[in-house]
Amino acid sequence: MTTTAPPTAPPPVPRRAGRDLEHGLVGGVAAGLADHLGLPVLALRIGFVVATVLGGLGAVLYGAYWLFLPAAPLVDRAGAAPGLAGAARDGRRPRGLLGRPAGRTGDAIVVGVLSVGIVLAVEAVVGRGALVWAVALVAGGVALLWRQADEVQRERWVERTERMDPVGMVLGSGGWAAWTRIALGTALLGAGLVLLGFRDGGIGAAREVVLAVLLGIGGLAVVVGPWVARLVRDLGEERTERIRSQERADVAAHLHDSVLQTLALIQKNAADAATVARLARAQERDLRAWLFAEERPGSPGAGRGAAPETLAAAVRAVAAAVEDDHGIEVEVVAVGDAPWSERVQPVVAAVREAVVNAAKHAGTGRVDVYVEVLAGAVDVFVRDRGAGFDPDDLPADRHGVRGSIVDRMVRHGGTARIRSAPGEGTEVRVHLPAPDEQAQQPGQPGHPGQPGRSEQGVGSTDAAGRGVR
Amino acid sequence: MRVVVVDDHHMFRTGVRSELAAAPAAVTVVAEAADVDTAVAAVERERPAVVLLDVHLPGGGGVEVIRRTQTTVPGTRFLALSVSDAAEDVIGTIRGGARGYVTKTISGAELVDAIGRVADGDAVFSPRLAGFVLDAFAGAIQVAEVDSDLDRLSEREREVMRLIARGYAYKEVAKELFISVKTVETHMSSVLRKLQLSSRHELTRWASDRRLL
Repeated sequence: MTTTAPPTAPPPVPRRAGRDLEHGLVGGVAAGLADHLGLPVLALRIGFVVATVLGGLGAVLYGAYWLFLPAAPLVDRAGAAPGLAGAARDGRRPRGLLGRPAGRTGDAIVVGVLSVGIVLAVEAVVGRGALVWAVALVAGGVALLWRQADEVQRERWVERTERMDPVGMVLGSGGWAAWTRIALGTALLGAGLVLLGFRDGGIGAAREVVLAVLLGIGGLAVVVGPWVARLVRDLGEERTERIRSQERADVAAHLHDSVLQTLALIQKNAADAATVARLARAQERDLRAWLFAEERPGSPGAGRGAAPETLAAAVRAVAAAVEDDHGIEVEVVAVGDAPWSERVQPVVAAVREAVVNAAKHAGTGRVDVYVEVLAGAVDVFVRDRGAGFDPDDLPADRHGVRGSIVDRMVRHGGTARIRSAPGEGTEVRVHLPAPDEQAQQPGQPGHPGQPGRSEQGVGSTDAAGRGVR
Repeated sequence: MRVVVVDDHHMFRTGVRSELAAAPAAVTVVAEAADVDTAVAAVERERPAVVLLDVHLPGGGGVEVIRRTQTTVPGTRFLALSVSDAAEDVIGTIRGGARGYVTKTISGAELVDAIGRVADGDAVFSPRLAGFVLDAFAGAIQVAEVDSDLDRLSEREREVMRLIARGYAYKEVAKELFISVKTVETHMSSVLRKLQLSSRHELTRWASDRRLL
């Protein structure tokens, strides 16, 4: 019934670097790049600081990355399951659920101390203390203000309302951190400018420089400000409207394809309790996958026909098919995962056979399937609490167990053990070692090796099953 | 046992109440709440043995309720009861301080049993939850930076969690590993402890939150 589709290579997804705002100290550039390049964050941070000393390249690079790299959470949010994203938008889930990672403060201190040290070192070498400090202060101020604006930008994605008020644009949702940052940034800017002024003369010259700069900024703001504000607002409104209508269309389409159809079927079959239960279970599984699962089962209505991309997805698809066909409940728990390949295909086939056996013969409504992929080796356990049987007593004509499970696994370089006793249910363990654990060439159907394989499996079951643990 | 039911869906609260009414000797629902604020008020007023807590809740989610009542009602245990089985929600709630996590498809009898176990101070791990825990410690689910000493599951704890993930009941785990049920529960609660405090950083915060430092 189930079509275990031919293996397909997953389409290559271009990896794009982004700024990691969750873990960043300043703008998340180093954290984002570290994630992208697979390097330790601290190394990158120190690299930036060191490059700043050697001619200021680090600072320029950092600034450029900050300006041009998109922030990563935007991408994440787009990829979140609709149910989770919706609950997060409504404030029904805590923000930053998993907490901030440890070690953040430590990193901040390291980088801060290094920066101060570098300023001091440069001062000692160059000897023109005032200028270095002034430039450092101005740069620090601008960075702080920019970071504030950045934070606001990020909150806008979380925000549900589409309007952006000008105060909010600068302040975000307020809070002491935002205020401190703005105050500190402004103070740093001011101090830097005053210091710059001092270089050329007394306090008077400093005041004039500050005044001139302020007047310049003010003039620019008056001229360009309203236009910019209007443009930004229009853009924001347009964008949210578009996103909203797209989302609404998506949700409507999915509800129509799935929930409405199922409800209609349930109304038609209201008298048939078994059918209603089956429909409801299938619909629940589908909706649950759509709302909460990180790995989406592809397009709406996927499940049976669609090609699975990972081992766990394939096992889930098999479980779903058996659930529908036999009217039992199959709970799949997966730890780790492996990409779908020719090699894991026999595992899925064996699991399918085991689950079908449990559905047919165990006489219980529930089967547990546990998939574990650790260090490449695949272990699957299929367990029911049904009637059970005596494995030594297995009639010779039971091809399901011997042929489809045990022999199949042995043929493909794995093992299968069945452990059962009358009245105690059955557990089938399927094991496929990692390729390098294996003596023979993997994944060749009908491989001539493995003589005397049939004594393996069933005969040694009970004792072996116990011995394995 | 006195129980408070927190869920923002009225229908669901009614449903839970009627399911629990089937075991009046074991469980009494003393209050209901629909959002974080009313839940905190109800928990502080009633001081129940167990709070059945929805994970998605207006006002910041179920974790927020735990966070705000943990110090005021230290004897109360939280059992998350959610329709969401996303890893992030499950692990996040357990790390927030819930003693167990069950999904809403659970049967009435199983729910009563879970409430009883949580009230006794034990943890309730469903197979799915055990799977997430294993994944979290294997590093497949992003939880937080790990601290090498605290964060490892011992060989035995891993074994227990694997059996739970395979659908074994506690006493079957005990039989399988030739240990007592009590030992299984000890392993579970140390898993829970490791999950909640996966770094020294958080351990410090945890201690200072409880005025232990």
